[in-house]
Amino acid sequence: MSRLTIAGLVTSALLAGVAFAAEEPNADAYREMTYGDRDANPALLVIDRGEELFKEKRGPKNVSLEQCDFGLGAGVLKGAYAQLPRYFKDTDRVQDAESRLLTCMTELQGFTVEELTKQTFANDKRNEDNTDLEALTVYIAAQSDGMKINAPAEHPKEQEAIKVGEGIFWRRQGPLDFACATCHADDKKRIRLQNLGNFSKAGVDVQKTMSAWPTYRVSHAAVRTMQHRMWDCMWQMRLPDAQYGSPMTVALIAYLNAQGKDGTYALPGMSR
Amino acid sequence: MKIKLITVALLTALGTTVTVAADNDIAALVEQYIASGFKQGEKQHTERIVQDETQKQCTTYRNKIPSEMQKAFMERERATIKYPESGKLSGNWEQGQKTFTDGFAWRVGTIMPDKPDAVRGGNCYACHAADPKEVAAGNIGSTLTGYGKLRGNTPETIKYTYEKIYNSNTYMPCSSMPRLGHNGVLTPEQIADIVAFLVDPESPVNK
Repeated sequence: MSRLTIAGLVTSALLAGVAFAAEEPNADAYREMTYGDRDANPALLVIDRGEELFKEKRGPKNVSLEQCDFGLGAGVLKGAYAQLPRYFKDTDRVQDAESRLLTCMTELQGFTVEELTKQTFANDKRNEDNTDLEALTVYIAAQSDGMKINAPAEHPKEQEAIKVGEGIFWRRQGPLDFACATCHADDKKRIRLQNLGNFSKAGVDVQKTMSAWPTYRVSHAAVRTMQHRMWDCMWQMRLPDAQYGSPMTVALIAYLNAQGKDGTYALPGMSR
Repeated sequence: MKIKLITVALLTALGTTVTVAADNDIAALVEQYIASGFKQGEKQHTERIVQDETQKQCTTYRNKIPSEMQKAFMERERATIKYPESGKLSGNWEQGQKTFTDGFAWRVGTIMPDKPDAVRGGNCYACHAADPKEVAAGNIGSTLTGYGKLRGNTPETIKYTYEKIYNSNTYMPCSSMPRLGHNGVLTPEQIADIVAFLVDPESPVNK
């Protein structure tokens, strides 16, 4: 599609939005037109690459990730992402898919955390392809497509992560005095035309978001994972870089998945 | 009977203590998780995650400061306000329109930082409607369209508007709006220009 056509679509969709709802501009119609087709999701190609990376013998120990335990037993991927974050006995901490991936890539394959986290995300300004971590994550997550968000909250450390995540969600800091809650604790709010979910209450908003990540972000021309989303929100709040897979980011994800429980995964997602 | 009452009272007291302790524990854990949650080192500006008293209180009370604390809170915020050297609280509306519109910079880190010397804007359309020609306006803040028409171009309105932008918490404890002047996002002169954009009868906001 030519740039001109896209510009035309944006304009007409915006105008349509304005004509039908002068009070509440929105770009939903444009979004549906642009990325409503699941079979046209470029993330499908990244998933294929993730599968190859997962099954390939790699790292100093020259083994695949097929024995990695994402919570349902070694090698079980089906439905595993839908039940994360969870407590893992071997690491004695609550882990999301991405911090768990780091564990397996260091323990099983022999990589070091330093080399793995040197560049966690593709730089969209340089039009880079997704990193191995991003490709692996979206492959793992896609094995929970159609299932319900169902992260466990039985272990005391799981309960702690959810509680602490909620506390982090409300913590105000930085030169803009922002907390996650500044943008995500009220209904029907927008930054410019971007809708903002109310994640302070359980229900549809948070289910819709948490069930659609990892997502192919059209504006980045790349797949983005939940760890990237956490980094991105902190970056927008003018805070330092969030540490990939840190207990802080995992706790936020644990809180959001607890709020979004029973949402149905539609993976991979596609969004702005 | 007496023993029963005492037991109930004791249990109630214990119950309360336990809940409070749990909240304090979580608050302490939040600080631990935050402290280890960000990259360290050059360009990270980790001082930004350290809270001032205002941010601490707004976190503790989830932005609902108890009424008996509000007066002291707002007085503290008022004491931070600095005014332009010229004394003019309303500047140039055309320059103000630019500052109001400009996307705010000042992002840090090593992954995608902004240029440290980039001129900062208010990025006000992210949250507020103003010039009716700008369709892509957010709605976290109140709509400012017709602001001067409604409130007049009076010294009182100008002073209130300047102070509200400089330190939003002066008029509303734990407002969602950043304390743009106090936190050093915008200079007093930039704020005065934005005031003009909002109140000047010639500004598109009031057309």
